[in-house]
Amino acid sequence: MVYSNLIRERFRHPRYHGALERPDAAFEDVNPLCGDRIRIECRIADGRLADARHRGDSCAICIASADVLLEGAIGQPLDLVSRLTTADLLVRLETDVRASRIKCVTLPLTVLQGALEGREVAR
Amino acid sequence: MSGVGEACRADFPILSRVINGSPLIYLDSAASSQKPRQVIQAVAGYYERSHANVHRSIHTLGEEATELYEGARDAVRAFVGARFREEIVFTRGTTEAINLVAQCVGRTLRPGDEIIVTEMEHHSNLIPWQMACRDRGAVLKAVPVVGEGFLDMEAFGRLLSPRTRVVAAAHVSNVLGTINPVAEIIRRSREVGALVLLDGAQGAPHLPLDLAAMGPDFYAFSGHKMLGPTGIGVLYGRREALEGLEPAWGGGEMIKEVWIDHAQWNDLPWRFEPGTPPIAGAVGLRAAVEYLGKLGMERVAAHERDLTARCLAALGPIPGVTLYGPRNAEIKGAVVAFNVAGIHPHDGAAILDERGIAVRAGHHCAQPLMKRLGIVGTLRASFSVYNTPAEVERLAEAVKDLRGAL
Repeated sequence: MVYSNLIRERFRHPRYHGALERPDAAFEDVNPLCGDRIRIECRIADGRLADARHRGDSCAICIASADVLLEGAIGQPLDLVSRLTTADLLVRLETDVRASRIKCVTLPLTVLQGALEGREVAR
Repeated sequence: MSGVGEACRADFPILSRVINGSPLIYLDSAASSQKPRQVIQAVAGYYERSHANVHRSIHTLGEEATELYEGARDAVRAFVGARFREEIVFTRGTTEAINLVAQCVGRTLRPGDEIIVTEMEHHSNLIPWQMACRDRGAVLKAVPVVGEGFLDMEAFGRLLSPRTRVVAAAHVSNVLGTINPVAEIIRRSREVGALVLLDGAQGAPHLPLDLAAMGPDFYAFSGHKMLGPTGIGVLYGRREALEGLEPAWGGGEMIKEVWIDHAQWNDLPWRFEPGTPPIAGAVGLRAAVEYLGKLGMERVAAHERDLTARCLAALGPIPGVTLYGPRNAEIKGAVVAFNVAGIHPHDGAAILDERGIAVRAGHHCAQPLMKRLGIVGTLRASFSVYNTPAEVERLAEAVKDLRGAL
């Protein structure tokens, strides 16, 4: 079953969906396979990810992945966030995602890490 | 094989598969069709009995392989209604066929020359032209899509000018299903002296073709979307149009005589077929066009129109469903693109797959069209000879359940 109860729940009621006012870092990217787009905005304080929000136009797996990613990453030191992997997310999503959908899980992670690497400085 | 629909399903071994506990309902033939036993056996039989390299082999197998390969060309010529066998160039597929023309014509472009595409093009009939224009300082223009998914032919008329070198358009849209007015496109393009390339990837598998009468300069299509193998496609080129082109790629087979610093090109069509060609693919494509020929393309088209009409009628009234493309199956190819409110196409496709239903989801390699429609992607059901009304009903039942599925 691709859609675990957790994915369904986070798709219907994401906890970290939205935008931040004057974020310290932000990045946005697309999944070239499907055209999905996600943007993550971050607030950084004392070397930690103080707060973050995601938004965009993407599938249930991608939204749920972004939501559990931010849930786990907020409050953590930046070096730890930069070392998070797809495998960590799959554990949190309580699902076995097929190869054809693994990019849906990975996209929020590369977007968050891209933001923290300063690929786009928020205006 | 005795007819379309239920009558030919036994020819397609894959259709007996069970997917996730349900009988396979394969509604993704616009991406790639399934293969009848006749095609599979032709390919296997070629490798088991006759394989060797073509054209310069004197031995028996080489002659057999050459006869089979060149015989496939004759079969394809007859199937699409081309006048001459040298108008049939084998390629790896539609994409390679279009790139071939874009490269050859591209080298002759001058700054300020114009190429006209449409907003509904598959990336295969867009990116090669972007590259050709970028390399030569030429200008790319696009005919807008209006209404239910038709080309704005008035705008097309305004875009055409003596600067127009090529008009590249889909015969049938792979998303909207729109059958474009190719006769008018060809006539008006010719008036300004432009070459016309039609992307026939969704035309050749589904509609009777008489290319000599239709009159495009180039018509590209793929074997794997018309019951044939992957890795084989066709560039039809009107003889006069092909003769005007320098070859795209060099190698063996495309030459007559070679010196260390120059070479003389081979005759058509081999001038455009360097290297060892997809021989088995051509053999399989021949079996495919003979299979379709026996069914009769008029009958194939009527069957698929019936399925498309049933699908539009069944999906249209479902709450939350949005249809894209013409609502009238009479003017539409065998594809139905749709969305279900609140369900991302990829999630929809994954949930349908849990019930054994294979549909396509995403942007269908037509991102400019998706942008025009203001969407990320769609679900898409598409039909071939082996699909049945019962399968369309099963799709509609499953789509009804989609909204509550997540």
